[in-house]
Amino acid sequence: MTHPRSNLATYLLRTLAAWLVTLLLFFPLGWLVLTAFKTELQAISVPPLLLFTPTLENFSIVQERSDYLLYAQNSLITSVVSTLLGLALAFPAAYSMAYFKGPRTKDILMWMLSTKMMPAVGALVPVYVLAQGAGLLDSRTGLVIIFTLSNLPIMVWMLYSHLKDIPGEILEAAGMDGATLWQEFRQVLLPLSMGGLASTGLLCLVLSWNEAFWSLNLSAAKAGTLATLIASYSSPEGLFWSKLSAASLMAIAPIVVFGWFSQKQLVQGLTFGAVK
Amino acid sequence: MNRLIPRVLLAPAVITLLLWMIVPLAMTIYFSLIRYNLMQPDQTGFIGLGNFAYFITDPAFGTAVLNTLLLLGSVTLITVVGGILLALLIDEPFPGRTLVRILLISPFFVMPTVNALLWKHMMMNPIYGVLAQVWLFFGATPVDWLTDWPLWSVILIVSWQWLPFATLIFITALQSMDREQIEASRMDGATYLQQLRYLYLPHLGRSVAVVVMIEMIFLLSVFAEIYTTTSGGPGDASTNVAFLIFKQALLNFDAGVASAGALFAVLLANIAGVFLIRMVGKNLDK
Repeated sequence: MTHPRSNLATYLLRTLAAWLVTLLLFFPLGWLVLTAFKTELQAISVPPLLLFTPTLENFSIVQERSDYLLYAQNSLITSVVSTLLGLALAFPAAYSMAYFKGPRTKDILMWMLSTKMMPAVGALVPVYVLAQGAGLLDSRTGLVIIFTLSNLPIMVWMLYSHLKDIPGEILEAAGMDGATLWQEFRQVLLPLSMGGLASTGLLCLVLSWNEAFWSLNLSAAKAGTLATLIASYSSPEGLFWSKLSAASLMAIAPIVVFGWFSQKQLVQGLTFGAVK
Repeated sequence: MNRLIPRVLLAPAVITLLLWMIVPLAMTIYFSLIRYNLMQPDQTGFIGLGNFAYFITDPAFGTAVLNTLLLLGSVTLITVVGGILLALLIDEPFPGRTLVRILLISPFFVMPTVNALLWKHMMMNPIYGVLAQVWLFFGATPVDWLTDWPLWSVILIVSWQWLPFATLIFITALQSMDREQIEASRMDGATYLQQLRYLYLPHLGRSVAVVVMIEMIFLLSVFAEIYTTTSGGPGDASTNVAFLIFKQALLNFDAGVASAGALFAVLLANIAGVFLIRMVGKNLDK
């Protein structure tokens, strides 16, 4: 407190260090964005180019060659529908566990989380066989079901930890005033749990949008999501970095921008309310 | 009547999860005990533990288990330590802190396939990649990362992807620290290291538990990053258990052996789960 000069030096050093580390960590993504606006020749120039005339041609080539919009539509539909479906299943369960706590509630919660720990690959063969039997291979319905199921444990947990922070007395008071269960839900519970629903929904949207294992193994040209579109660019023949970058940028931009706006909500949800 | 409602509300989620767990598990157990190769449909029948024997004696098995643990351990260690350091670095206000936060969190929202391809090509390519250029600039010989250091390259990529997540959680935790307590300790002449040891780190205990738990769930079955970069190679150098099962199932078409492998993965997950609940569950319960 009595060393203003050394404090100033520490402050400047900290700021400098923070910015340096951040730019270093962000560099790969920044490079991806730059490369998306280069020609293929500029993309592999030695030494790497920082200044160049940007071109938009990669984006139109990507759309023409691989029907970006179809994949984007698949990603959007599967992630939104599975999130809504998941919320519809998880919310009643979380409500029930938060307000009607039984002796086995904790065990049920732990068990739910443990199903998430099973590696997805463990279920690959049976799920593949089942999906094939039901005609759900390479279908959006199939992906929606899988995404919903694999996010469900986390959704129940997150909603549970939000709901248990809402005092039960508020709901009881509503019940005493003669509200039916439905009125209680519509007018008291739902408004109070909007925050929890939002952060749970946000996280699931991000997880489903970025999900790669099931979409790579269960979908192809018809129901393929953006994750599979990008994986198809990994073929070793030829270097098409600027097209790869353009396709990648188109695949990640919606969810990254979305993530920027919702990061605070997301952290709260992700930590099951354990970190305040 | 009133006791029925909670059960009715709970039932859909529990039943779907139960089905999601039990049906594939039962089928996996069944498949693991029979001859079931999609390329040899004429060979059928019960073979007992033959598939298990085949999977365990596969020379790739030991490597895969070791790689899985190495990947899990290294990435968790890197992200927890790195995340704490980063969070401490940007805990106090400085110009552009909001922007720094946004830039830092970004990799977490990027899908694994994009992350993997970005690193594989534009960063790690031994001729045109940025890292190769940096190496050349300093007069060193560029490294062929994915060939010479396949597992460590995957670890690097996955760590880069999860570091933002850990950092964000630690930042959130640090914000709830008692500022007066820190000020008081400074007045009493505590050095920064002492503050770190007695104030900051104990406060972060719980969020470390959260980070370890969530990362464990996702890192035990890293797949896309391996699939898109090294395909498990060269040889089996970067194959983890998840990828080994995938190879058996979809590349060798041997559903029987893959199922036996899947049961091992389930076992591994359970061991990790027990360990996790011991270490972390208590901490979370508080």
